[in-house]
Amino acid sequence: MTQEKIIRVLLAKPGLDGHDRGVKVIARALRDAGMEVIYTGLRQTPEQIVNTAIQEDADVVMLSSLSGAHNHLFPRVAEGLRKRGVSDILVMGGGIIPQDDVPALKEAGIREVFGPGTETGTIIRYVREHLAGQAGGR
Amino acid sequence: MIDQKEEAAISAARGKWEEEAAGQNGGAAEAGKPFETISGHPVEGLYTPQDLAGTDYLRDIGFPGQHPFTRGIQHNMYRGRFWTMRQYAGFGTAEDTNRRFRYLLEQGQTGLSVAFDLPTQVGYDSDHPLAAGEAGKVGVAIDSVRDLGTLFSGIPLDKVSTSMTINSPAAVLTAMYVSLAERAGIPPGDLRGTIQNDMLKEYVARGTYIFPIRPAMRIVADIIGWCSRTVPNWNSISISGYHMREAGCTAIQEVAFTVGNGITYVETALRAGLAIDDFAPRLSFFFSAHQDLFEEVAKFRAARRLWARIAKERFGAKNPRSAMMRYHVQTAGCSLTAQQPFLNVLRTGFEALSAVLGGCQSLHTNSYDEALALPSEEAVQIALRTQQIIAHETGVTGTVDPLAGSYYVEKMTDEIEEAALAYIDRIEKRGGMIAAIESGYIQEEISNSAYEYQRKVESRERIVVGVNRYQIDEPPPTGLLRVRQTVEEAQAEKLEILRRERSADAVARALDGIRRTARTEGNLMPPIIAAVQAEATIGEICDALRDVFGEYRGGTSF
Repeated sequence: MTQEKIIRVLLAKPGLDGHDRGVKVIARALRDAGMEVIYTGLRQTPEQIVNTAIQEDADVVMLSSLSGAHNHLFPRVAEGLRKRGVSDILVMGGGIIPQDDVPALKEAGIREVFGPGTETGTIIRYVREHLAGQAGGR
Repeated sequence: MIDQKEEAAISAARGKWEEEAAGQNGGAAEAGKPFETISGHPVEGLYTPQDLAGTDYLRDIGFPGQHPFTRGIQHNMYRGRFWTMRQYAGFGTAEDTNRRFRYLLEQGQTGLSVAFDLPTQVGYDSDHPLAAGEAGKVGVAIDSVRDLGTLFSGIPLDKVSTSMTINSPAAVLTAMYVSLAERAGIPPGDLRGTIQNDMLKEYVARGTYIFPIRPAMRIVADIIGWCSRTVPNWNSISISGYHMREAGCTAIQEVAFTVGNGITYVETALRAGLAIDDFAPRLSFFFSAHQDLFEEVAKFRAARRLWARIAKERFGAKNPRSAMMRYHVQTAGCSLTAQQPFLNVLRTGFEALSAVLGGCQSLHTNSYDEALALPSEEAVQIALRTQQIIAHETGVTGTVDPLAGSYYVEKMTDEIEEAALAYIDRIEKRGGMIAAIESGYIQEEISNSAYEYQRKVESRERIVVGVNRYQIDEPPPTGLLRVRQTVEEAQAEKLEILRRERSADAVARALDGIRRTARTEGNLMPPIIAAVQAEATIGEICDALRDVFGEYRGGTSF
């Protein structure tokens, strides 16, 4: 990644969950850290999120769910991106996600999962480090 | 509350005391530290009778059970009867939740509170594509009146009071509950309970909207009107600050937005032709009990007084019950930490104490494991026991409104009421709550507060024990509740049987009836009851309404 390129992040709420305090706080923090942030709003299907990520040329997609539907929804976003031939988007997840579920989510292409109490600074650092280290990263 | 002579004497003594305090070297320096509540409201080092100089006891504080109800809505409060201990519960299928309900009743809980899953709350059947992965997760899956029958199997509907956290499809669940009772031979007049039915806060915090705001408000008014005539002991709305507080707003904003929404519902019902004293006694409220103990006690007292004054002075209520703010409280879910989760037992205990000191009518205490998963049975039991300890062991229930007369609590009560009223005035200058929601103003105000709080946590201005200080290495928690993955299949099977067994013609006719009424100004409750009795599903009934009203699209700003 070159220093000039501004990181574009898509924050998304898949499924029917209406809890958006966390996703909005993170959106502001990423914006304040100099990233370009797009928030989908509530009730997005995995297909809608994949489309938006591609249309918006996102470098990162962050999925938020506190309703327990993450095992169903998160992998479908990662799979949808793969099916569209997109391999360079960093897909992350957050919300109320039991530790036991994390290995399978990572297996499915969710690179990291952050839970309650995570500081926004931790997330910003993670994004910067992992985009910088990505092969052919932008 | 003090005369001029006394004021002068205290003022002089205070001057001397301040000199003395300034000269003390032993005390730790306070310079540079802002003292404030968790909401960011400034806190003085000392409060004295001077802070209450303008207070008129009878006008502003008064006696419990009397206007303006600052000290509580009953004359003897918990000396007569404790608050209703009501744990919000629901997961999986109706069978699963029925078992949890019976367990809670056996454990001494005194009222039921139903958590519905998200498909139910946004009006989709469990086999709808958008429901995939969500059925039975955050609550119980209910598709038809048959499921509701299973949910309350073996529970006498004329003996329990039931609270249902349902908003967009509130009319459907009310129709189902009343129909179920009717089948059991229980007249609607014997039913006690509450539906949330508070649509306005869904657009700013909770997110289970279906229809655009204005038709949604028409449905709310239809429900309030129908209930006031048909189920007189049913609380037809629970005007909720809780979810806005969870979304990050401050105590003052919680009071301002909740009372602001309350005003909007009253105006909507008045416009629909109802008289204030016919429905206002059945309006109920719902607040958070957050972590700052005295701020919360003051908040509850301020909200009660503010509502009483508005009901009487602005809306001309004659029945004292119309001015009585009755409310449920839930401890603050957002205060629970995933780190060192047992500490949440303590947080919840302090929060519950503030709810009781503030004079709540019913209370839900969160389980310590809820930042991790749905609560386990053990965690739910500890949460309920917390309330029982406060009720039976702490002694705080022996006298009414024990913190009244505290210079600090009374001053804070005044400040919260005053600031909330000023906020409401500002919102009315913007055209009222509906306009302020449509323009995104309320959402932005809440987001600002949430972000400000997060900034304080990350800069360590605010300490969250176990999260940004006193952390430990800990193993991942065990014993978390997991919802069976088979709920979706179980519900799909029930729906298939239902669709086979009922009369498709009767359902189609009933749904047409809903569409027809939706296009007029007629009350929607009768055709919805007819549809429920024909065993139409929640998804079908909400689709019929979607056909006429369309759907709301949420915002994307942050």
